[in-house]
Amino acid sequence: MHDSLMHTSVMTWMMNGPLNNFVEYVESYLKSNQTPGAAGNIFWAAVYILVVFGGLSVVVIAMNWLERKILAHMQVRLGPMRVGPHGLLQPIADAIKLLLKEDIMPAEADALVFWAAPLIVVLAAFTVFVVVPFGPTHAITDMNIGILFMLGVSSLSVLGVVMAGWASNSHYPLIGALRSSAQMVSYEVAMGLAVVSVILMTSLNATGVGTLSMIGIVQAQQAQGTWFIFKFFPLGLIGFFIFAVSMVAETNRAPFDLPEAESELTAGFHTEYSGFRWSLFFLAEYSAMIAVSSIAVTLWLGGWLRPFPNLLNGSTWDLAFGLIPGLTFLFFAAICFFNTARMPKHPLFRVQTIGLAGFGVVLAVIGLVMFIPGVRDRVGDIFWFSAKVAGFMYLYIWYRGTFPRYRFDQLMKVGWKILLPMGIGLLILTATAGILEEPIKEWLHRL
Amino acid sequence: MNPVATPFFFYVLAAVMIIGGILVITRKNAVHSALALITTLLAQAAIYLMLYAPFVAGVQIILYAGGIMVLFLFVIMLINMERNLKERQFNKQWLVGGVAALALGGLFISVYLKTTKGVMLFPEGRMTYGESQNTQAVAALLFDRTSGTYMFAFEIASLLLLVAIIGAVVMAKKRI
Repeated sequence: MHDSLMHTSVMTWMMNGPLNNFVEYVESYLKSNQTPGAAGNIFWAAVYILVVFGGLSVVVIAMNWLERKILAHMQVRLGPMRVGPHGLLQPIADAIKLLLKEDIMPAEADALVFWAAPLIVVLAAFTVFVVVPFGPTHAITDMNIGILFMLGVSSLSVLGVVMAGWASNSHYPLIGALRSSAQMVSYEVAMGLAVVSVILMTSLNATGVGTLSMIGIVQAQQAQGTWFIFKFFPLGLIGFFIFAVSMVAETNRAPFDLPEAESELTAGFHTEYSGFRWSLFFLAEYSAMIAVSSIAVTLWLGGWLRPFPNLLNGSTWDLAFGLIPGLTFLFFAAICFFNTARMPKHPLFRVQTIGLAGFGVVLAVIGLVMFIPGVRDRVGDIFWFSAKVAGFMYLYIWYRGTFPRYRFDQLMKVGWKILLPMGIGLLILTATAGILEEPIKEWLHRL
Repeated sequence: MNPVATPFFFYVLAAVMIIGGILVITRKNAVHSALALITTLLAQAAIYLMLYAPFVAGVQIILYAGGIMVLFLFVIMLINMERNLKERQFNKQWLVGGVAALALGGLFISVYLKTTKGVMLFPEGRMTYGESQNTQAVAALLFDRTSGTYMFAFEIASLLLLVAIIGAVVMAKKRI
């Protein structure tokens, strides 16, 4: 486990022959089996932080476009079509608009709190990604209290929402903030119970010691040969259901988007925010969605593990599943080329056509790079993790297109009278099942 | 890895906590007080982390900063602030308060002088549990059959909380 080269500090390679040693340094990283945090390597940790932060921002921009497109198609509309081919550049145009907009602060607002609120929300939403395990080595760091850290830091975002609502000194934001704090505190309880049942599952087996670490939880699923959603059927499934409902409420998304219900509260807690500060709330909302989805994926859906590890095992299947990341990118590239061919043949569309073709070429190159054996082994886990999270992102959009908004008393009723008792019962049953598992197996064996 | 629990970090965190604590009692606006209290609690979580107790630090953030303080803010937001801002902040009890503060400070200083003779005050070199076993160590202290010394106290505390919950329900509900 101990990789000495990971420990070589940046200073040492700077001193003896930079280029040669740099290649060696990168190679040592590729062969390492530790996260940068565990190896105590500040350089790679900084690289990871920048990559995660940048990737997250790009994903949020992509989500903006995807949500509008998918919702539009669900409602038999076209969605954004004007800026770039099929509106691909719409989120960038929106971002430029938001940055150039005048930043208004209400005269009666509490300036300091009004200023700090979006910062707290964004910080809380981004900090949790420190422990998200994109792969056995692809996490910024692995903490012994990983899942506690994620729940704790993401619960701090409520503070930002409450501060924003109060500091605006206006009625709609205040009601939005009240609703949001009540809702997020209530659903945190049910969410916590579902999480605890998973932590029990990591320990209730001869193969593993219980753990709170995000990487440890996935490794426990690997060791036990089952994703926790299928463990103690149907207990794992019930826990997943509780979490899946409460995570939508935690992120204030439809059908639980009462804090920002536009038909009643204009925009809820961020009514008075505009321009750049508003875009920070937007960024935080989407990265919080990604964060809770990655908790769900890590805890119940096997994190970075590929599907069907038991049913379809062997090196042939490993190779087949290893090719899927590259094929996915090639598929997207093919869509781009197909639509390039379908673009209107008009001189005004020339720039757009070239741009779309260029985008397709970039995707195709990424896809081809992913077929190189070394890269293939390295990116497979990141791909499966991201694919599962992407499934959850689609679900979020689907919910928004499907369900009408709940009333606030219905929301509280679901949280306290249905999900909470279910969670407590689930906890007791999981513990019982875990204790009885071994004796029952023995008893069956004797029969 | 070098230990992070250096005196420098302790002094920074302690300063944040003390300034936060002073702000809690001197701010006229109750929301500002609550926010200062949150800062204090977060700095306290950082001190737990510095003392190689990540589990306690995580629980501190979840329960105090994320749970209890949100409920505090929830209640404060419903209070009429206009009247609050005009009220006088302190009662004239500076004599009693000063004596109490001096006594407490004297106690701290005497304990400090007595216990730290030739002993390092900061846990720089005194790592008791590795970061990777901290949670398990807390669980062993509470629940282990042989080494678990605090089981009874733990259960008593949970009973106390249960009584408080039942009391709150009885007081809040008109018809049970």
